[in-house]
Amino acid sequence: MSSLTFDPIRLPETCQALRREARAFLSEEIARGTFDPNNPRRGDSADGREFAKRVAAKGWIGMTWPKKYGGRERSFLERYVLTEEFRVANAPTGVYFTADRQSGPTIIRYGSEKIKADVLPRIVKGEIQFCIGMSEPGSGSDLFAAKTKATKTEGGYLINGTKIWTSNAHKSDYMIGLFRTSAPTKENRRHGLTSFLVPMKTKGITCNQITQMSGQREFNEVVFQDAFIPEDHVLGEIDGAWKQATTELAYERSGPERFLETYYVLTELVRAMGNNPDVRSAEGIGRLVAQLHTLRRMSVSVAGMLEAGKEPVVEASIVKDMGTLWEQALPGNARTLAAFIEQEPGNQMPLKKHLAYATKVAPKLTIQGGTTEVLRGIIARGLGLR
Amino acid sequence: MGESSIVVETAERIFADLCDPQTVNSAKDDTWKEALWKALTENGLTLPWVSEEHGGSGASLADGFELLSAAGRFAVPVPLAETMLAGWLLSQGGIVSPEGAMSVAPVQPKDKITLNADGTLSGRAQNIPFAREAQHFAVLAHGAKGVTIALVAAKDCRREDDENLAGEPADNLVFDKTTPLKTGSAPKDFDQTALMLMGCVARSLQIAGSLQYMLTRSVNYSQERVAFEKKISKFQAVQHNLAKLAGETAAAVAAAGSAAETVATGTPWNDETTFLEAAAAKIRCAEAAGTGSAIAHQVHGAIGFTKEYVLHRFSLRTLGWRDDFGNESYWAVELGNRVARRGADDLWPLVASR
Repeated sequence: MSSLTFDPIRLPETCQALRREARAFLSEEIARGTFDPNNPRRGDSADGREFAKRVAAKGWIGMTWPKKYGGRERSFLERYVLTEEFRVANAPTGVYFTADRQSGPTIIRYGSEKIKADVLPRIVKGEIQFCIGMSEPGSGSDLFAAKTKATKTEGGYLINGTKIWTSNAHKSDYMIGLFRTSAPTKENRRHGLTSFLVPMKTKGITCNQITQMSGQREFNEVVFQDAFIPEDHVLGEIDGAWKQATTELAYERSGPERFLETYYVLTELVRAMGNNPDVRSAEGIGRLVAQLHTLRRMSVSVAGMLEAGKEPVVEASIVKDMGTLWEQALPGNARTLAAFIEQEPGNQMPLKKHLAYATKVAPKLTIQGGTTEVLRGIIARGLGLR
Repeated sequence: MGESSIVVETAERIFADLCDPQTVNSAKDDTWKEALWKALTENGLTLPWVSEEHGGSGASLADGFELLSAAGRFAVPVPLAETMLAGWLLSQGGIVSPEGAMSVAPVQPKDKITLNADGTLSGRAQNIPFAREAQHFAVLAHGAKGVTIALVAAKDCRREDDENLAGEPADNLVFDKTTPLKTGSAPKDFDQTALMLMGCVARSLQIAGSLQYMLTRSVNYSQERVAFEKKISKFQAVQHNLAKLAGETAAAVAAAGSAAETVATGTPWNDETTFLEAAAAKIRCAEAAGTGSAIAHQVHGAIGFTKEYVLHRFSLRTLGWRDDFGNESYWAVELGNRVARRGADDLWPLVASR
């Protein structure tokens, strides 16, 4: 037990060539005014749909997927490089990121051939956006308490109930949602949930936007009233969705987006400190960079292990646990280190603005996609404690 | 460094047989030490980084690094890492390694040893690990012609005894016109920073290994100890503490392993990524040492605080190793200054360079 493995994976030269290509592409996009790299509110300033299509034209959406669905069958490490470069540049990836990371792979694995042929090529072209329908008013971390019902009807299912905290539901074309098709059993409380592909234009679906404390308006309450979903939109086994979410979580949890969410604060901190920082500032920056480097090495390592066909579920949970805590603490750490920087009157430094935004975003980072508490439970299980 | 090499398998067998932590902890005298050292020497494990013609066993850097991780997992209480590093340093100067235990000087980045015009050495090197038990020292000195590596007999320098947190020798050495047995010029681009970075990698691997042991020991203990009528491993607060310990261990393993791989694949010492990897490993492993040891002790309660229980052999060494070859504050300042000189927009390219 407790043999944690983090192979020291190096990115092959093909990845570094791709990195150069990505940087050139992003510079062009910035030059043409698609987005502002100094604005961490990704998507606010930008036309994400048009951007997604140009990313797609490079072959960079669904790039690891089978060629027959429009993918390029490239490696997971190559995707990793693009993800980190786009994230650090504050590029507006919102349109395709969810579909590329998890919805597409779920469909590839569990969708019918007809659904795959219909939906996947459109993701790859950057034409459609996905959201994830998991949480409900009475069910967040406790996924298996979900109550929103899918009732069998002629040719399909009728959905009734409410999903909540659904990011970008109002802009999405599809949701992959978890709905109750049977009651849980005494032996298995996880039984009875089924995964569905839900076209968001379906009659009976209403999205109500919820404003977040950061001012963002990504969240939604999604209400289903007799929304009809055709039978062939079921993804995987009826009542057996709980079996479907193991390895995928490793992909979802260990990516660079799990520690780079507030990276812009570190960049601006270094800028504000200048080339000749005092000892206190230098030490602070040095520690932060050492911690960041270590997280990245861990994350690249997990990506490499996934690419090699291993299932580093515990390692991936560790990366998300530590990565999200680090990116969450970064604004506070930067604030402390910046306390003695001389501020020119009337010269509003970008750091101050970035700090304010990051501080307001920070609380959600250890909640979305599995809370710290849930992750520690998974790690504890991996250690053989439960 | 995936599959264990024969070097590491041999070492682990020797460690398990001759320096089982519990046995060593209960030993009444030091007789185990002699048997252990003899076995390590006979199997060529003390000089893996010295070629056969220079008196060593000519193993790869990667194998030697794995050996150091294993030594960390057993909290090996003899100057193995020190002799390995000394042999490696002597080889940089083309000097044949003598038999017996060695240590290396300096181990503090700011200590400077001078090679005088008359060929003698002057200067002070603080907290040299296992100096008392070493017959020779490999010394990095600065002279008129640049960096020189010197082999010095232990009896030829003055020693002031001191110790580290675990009570192991960490003596101060004074070179007062000391005549070395041999000297050799260091290769181009090899300097004291290179020695410190190599030391950082070694200590990081030992810390990571020791944390792995502490994690396993703490998990096992939590499943043995009953309180409030259940195993303490069943309490969520304890589980979360152990999950945090696993995280710190994972960070140390990843950082140390990554730095070791960087050095083992021959990245030049003056390369920016070598500096980032080795310094970051030392910083992060030292942080993990502090947080991790504290959790291991917390999980163990009072028993972990006793001399008779084995935990202190790991926790105190782990904490002590933070101070060798530059502590985490020193490296953080150095790294922070380098990052600042590169500028904000060149930070990401550095981090993403490998």
